[in-house]
This record gives sequence, C-alpha cells and structure tokens, in this order.
Amino acid sequence: MKIELPLAGALFAVAAAAVVYTSFTLPPVLSTQNGWRGTAMVQIELPAHRKALQAANVVPEAQPPAELANEKSSAVYENVQVLGDVDSAEFLRIMTAITEWVSPEQGCTYCHAEGESLASDALYTKVVARRMLQMTLKINAAWKPHVAETGVTCYTCHRGQPVPAEVWYKESPPPEPAYAGNRNRQNQPLPVVGDSSLPHDIFEPYLSKATDIRIGGVKALRTGPNPSIQSTEGTYGLMMHLSQGLGVNCTFCHNTQNFADWQTSTPQRVTAWHGIRMVRELNNEYLDTLVGAFPANRKGPMGDVAKVNCATCHQGVNKPLYGVSMVADYLALKSGR
Amino acid sequence: MPEYQNLFTRVQIRGPAHYGVPIKDRNYWRRDGEPFYVYLLGVIGNAQIGPVYLGFMGTASLICGLIAFEIIGLNMLASVNWDPVQFVRQLFWLALEPPNPKYGLGIPPLNDGGWWLMAGFFLTASLLLWWGRMYRRARALGMGTHVAWAFAAAIWLYLVLGFIRPLMMGNWGEAVPFGIFPHLDWTAAFSLRYGNLFYNPFHALSIVFLYGSTLLFAMHGATILAVSRFGGDREIEQIVDRGTASERAALFWRWTMGFNATMESIHRWAWWFAVLCPLTGGIGILLSGTVVDNWYLWAVRHDFAPGYPAVFGTIVDPATLPGATR
Repeated sequence: MKIELPLAGALFAVAAAAVVYTSFTLPPVLSTQNGWRGTAMVQIELPAHRKALQAANVVPEAQPPAELANEKSSAVYENVQVLGDVDSAEFLRIMTAITEWVSPEQGCTYCHAEGESLASDALYTKVVARRMLQMTLKINAAWKPHVAETGVTCYTCHRGQPVPAEVWYKESPPPEPAYAGNRNRQNQPLPVVGDSSLPHDIFEPYLSKATDIRIGGVKALRTGPNPSIQSTEGTYGLMMHLSQGLGVNCTFCHNTQNFADWQTSTPQRVTAWHGIRMVRELNNEYLDTLVGAFPANRKGPMGDVAKVNCATCHQGVNKPLYGVSMVADYLALKSGR
Repeated sequence: MPEYQNLFTRVQIRGPAHYGVPIKDRNYWRRDGEPFYVYLLGVIGNAQIGPVYLGFMGTASLICGLIAFEIIGLNMLASVNWDPVQFVRQLFWLALEPPNPKYGLGIPPLNDGGWWLMAGFFLTASLLLWWGRMYRRARALGMGTHVAWAFAAAIWLYLVLGFIRPLMMGNWGEAVPFGIFPHLDWTAAFSLRYGNLFYNPFHALSIVFLYGSTLLFAMHGATILAVSRFGGDREIEQIVDRGTASERAALFWRWTMGFNATMESIHRWAWWFAVLCPLTGGIGILLSGTVVDNWYLWAVRHDFAPGYPAVFGTIVDPATLPGATR
C-alpha cells in the first residue's frame, strides 16, 4: 500500500501531462466582447496561433504600375475574350501578376502552351483561367454585399498554387455491400467539421445545392412539421466549417440565446448569408460548368471539378488576407475595363 | 481504532460469509455461488461477493442487454471496416444511428435504421426486465420498492428520448443515436433546433434537481462521515433514538444555516431530488417539438427571458428583402 499510492499518483500525473500536452493550447487565450454584456458574445483569439496565421496571409507586393500603351488589349493580342477593353500594357501587367499569384513556379507556360501562339487555347488551364477571370469580375461587380469594396483577386484563393489549398469534391457513396455499419456520413473525426462527429457531407447539399440551412424554430409554439434533428445536425456541421474556415466562434454572427433570430444577430451574419449564396453561384455557374475542360486527374472521385467553400478564400481569417484590398492595385479586375 | 477521516472504507469485516436472510418468496431460483472476498472492492463497498440471484428476469434482461450491446458494438465495428485498431481509436465518434427521417415510423432497411430499431427494442426490454427484477427482489425481501421507482424515473427519461417523443413526432429519426460523441451532438442539435433549451423551464427544473442532488449528497455524506466517530453511521436507529451524533450534526447545521434536516427527512429529500431530475427533464424533452418550437421565444412571451438592447442596430433577414435569392 505504501508504494502503490505514489505509483498510482505518478502514473496519473504522466497521463494527465500527456493529455494536456497533446490537446491544450498554449495560453493566453484572449477574448474580446462583441455584444451586449451578459450575452457571452466574445471572440476568442489565440496569440500562440496568430503568428503562423499572419505569416500565411501576407499580401504580395503589387506589380509596378504600367505605362499606358493607349491601345486596347484586344487590338494588340488575339483571342482576348476577357479584359479586352483594358489597356494592353495594363493587360500584360495583370498577366504577370496572375503568373505570380497562380503559377509562380510553372510560369506563363502553365496556361500558354510552349511554342504556340499566346492566343492558343490548347491547354485546359487557359480555358479554366479565362473562366476564373470572368468569375473574379462577377464577384467584384455583383457580390459587393459579401466582398464589399475589398474585392477578390486570383491570389485570394490561389496563394501561389495552381490549385487552391482549400477545395472540395463530391463525396463518394459508402462502399457496398452494406448490411451493417452505416455511418450516415457522420461519426468520423474529419477536419472539415472540426473533428466532431457531425455530418461531414456538408458541401454538396449546402454549397452546391440549395438545401435549407434554417432549422431553428421561428414561432414559440409548434405550427406544423418542421426541420428534423438530423437536418439540424447537417446545419451544425456546415456551421463548424464556417467557424473553422473563418477562425471565429459562433457568436461572431449569432446571439446564442436564439441562434435563428436575425434581430439579435450581428451584421456579419448578413455578410455570411450573402457569402453562402455567392459560393453556390460560383460552384454551379463557374466551376461545375468546367467539367468538360478539366482532365480526369484534376477531378474528384465522383468525376466533378474542385469547388469552393468558405475556407477557399478565408483560410482561417474572418476577412481574407486580413481585409487588405489587392484589387485596389488592379482596378481592371473590378471594372473589367 | 478505525480511522474515519478517510476517503475510503477502512473497516472490512471478515467473518463467516453471510448467505442472506431467509425469505418466504416462492423460490424458483436459488441464490447461487459460494461467497468470496475481494479486498479492493472492500475499499469502496462490501468485500463479500455473492451469492447472486439471477432469476428469470435477471437472465432475460442480461440476454436482451447483451443482444443490444452486440448490435451496437458490431455495427460500430462494421463502420470502421472491422478494423480493431480504428475501432479503438474512433470509438468515441462511432455510433449506431436512428433511421433516416424519410422513413417516418415505418420499418426502415436493416442498415438504414433497422439495426437501431432492433437495438432499441432489446435495450428497452433489458431495462424493463431489470426494473421488474428490482421490484420483485425488493418485495421478496420485504423491502419497500423505492429503488425500483427511482430507476423507473430514469427509464421514463430514456423512453421519452428514444420512444415516446419520436412516436409523438411521427418519426424514429428524431431519436438519439447510440454513441458517445454522436449522442452529445444530438443533444446540442436539439437545443439549437428548439431555440435554446436553457429557456425550457423543465430543463431548468431538471438542472435544479441535478445540482441539488449533488449538493444534498455532499452535505449528507459529509455530515455522516463527520459524526461517525460518535456512531453517526447508525443513521436508521437514530431516526427514532437520536443520540449524540445526531444531536451534534443537527446543531452543526442549525448553527451554520439555522435549519436542519432529520436523519429520516434527509433521505426523502435526496430521493425526491434524484427522482425529479429525470422526471422534469423528460417533460421538457417531450414538450420540445411536439408543443413548443422555440423555447427562447416561449420564455420571452411568458416574461421568463429578458430582452436585450439592439446593439447592432436593425439587422434584417436578407431572405425577406425583395429580389433576394433563396
């Protein structure tokens, strides 16, 4: 008995230290109040993570301003279907920037086939790039409720990589024969839902199709059949993605005393509402339509193209790139002219 | 002299094994097994193990419970492709899910909720049989049936969650999954769905009785341990013959808070607090979705929740604006 107790204590201490070391965050944890007192509306920030996050969200230096050539790009180059009204010198400047943003290692030939005319559409990457330029113009012009005047450029998602780090594909159906062990597309610790056991098949229903996200009761008493608990878990899973993708907690948008209520929500919830609609449009009209252009090795297990979610742009920060407007240096990506 | 100032039992009686009192009950099953002693169990309870009484209900309950346990466990194992390592690593995430809501109260395919229905049936059967066993064993010993009725309170909450409420909602999909994290997710989702369960007055009552139980338990346990050097652990005799231990304990509480329970009443308090915890909680769950759709709005309507200033100005649901997309 004399040795057993200290031994048990030591074992317990080692086990506790292992749990603390592997699962705790280095203090301090900073919290900032963002709502009325007593409503627990605070934003949590971890200084231990801040440095890495800031380093990953630095805006590259803008290309030096172009001396205007006073000629439209469409007059100088052939097969210019987007940005044709832009001054040809500025057009070249934007092309240089795009190379830096999307394919810094591969260079111009990532899209423009080597040894062929610049006008050639031989490489699928050029066809995709053109569509992505149209998408950028559309976002900056039509989705101001979400991107405001900050706007987006290729770099917002690409960050110097031909394929953005945060993309998603349709999930493949569970393997057959399935007589037992149906996971119901949940109960699996996946980063997409913050390692929780919530449903992880959240992108296709909510960010491609327009499955209703609203689940909370809006009347005090029951009025009829309403969203199920299982659809609630789906919404919950999606919200885990929003929270992770933006590096915020629930109270960034919601007053948790009544998640569904708009009046007590923050203005950011309205921005997020538009963002979800924006992502749906981008996935359906700009990305899924490229299915014929992409080669098989760029497609997911279900043969669909890579699509965007909140994290594609946000990458852990509530304002992508900490709200620095890159488009201010490339106004043609806003106006198209 | 026995040491009473200790977290663990310091007195282990080792005499001839006690075979139990004779009973008049028609004994279809005998008490089985030769009693033996386990020192470590003696540290927290009685060191004597056995004889046991299984009986028909005990046996049937264990069989039903084992079937439910196997259905749940094997489904979890199948969900990680029968990989024992992954089974251990992911155990807390794994679950046997209730049927997809599209099946309503119908019989779903085996792998889309059918296993869940079966596991639920056998688990319920096991619990009800065990309840019957508790009731009948208490009767056989000439005891009151307080334990059985306290257990029934817990079974009520279990039945509300997995049977009565799904039945009233017309959907097995409303029930709780069998799994560690998944059942917690279900709980959180339930609160999100019905406008924050903290504003559900029955939930509030349930918490009062839950925390109240722990408070009473701590007060009572501490009091008895503190006066056991005066013989305070002979609580039951002291109900009618109070003695110095009771007198000191009573005076202690009258000194510190002006009022004291009695050796009898404290046990009634504890029993009711414990029993009311699942009883009120079950009512709160049963009303969610069947009657109340948003507990926060219900609470505001009944002046149970405060209003807060609109610090963000007027926030309008964008979906209600003209020309809004879905």
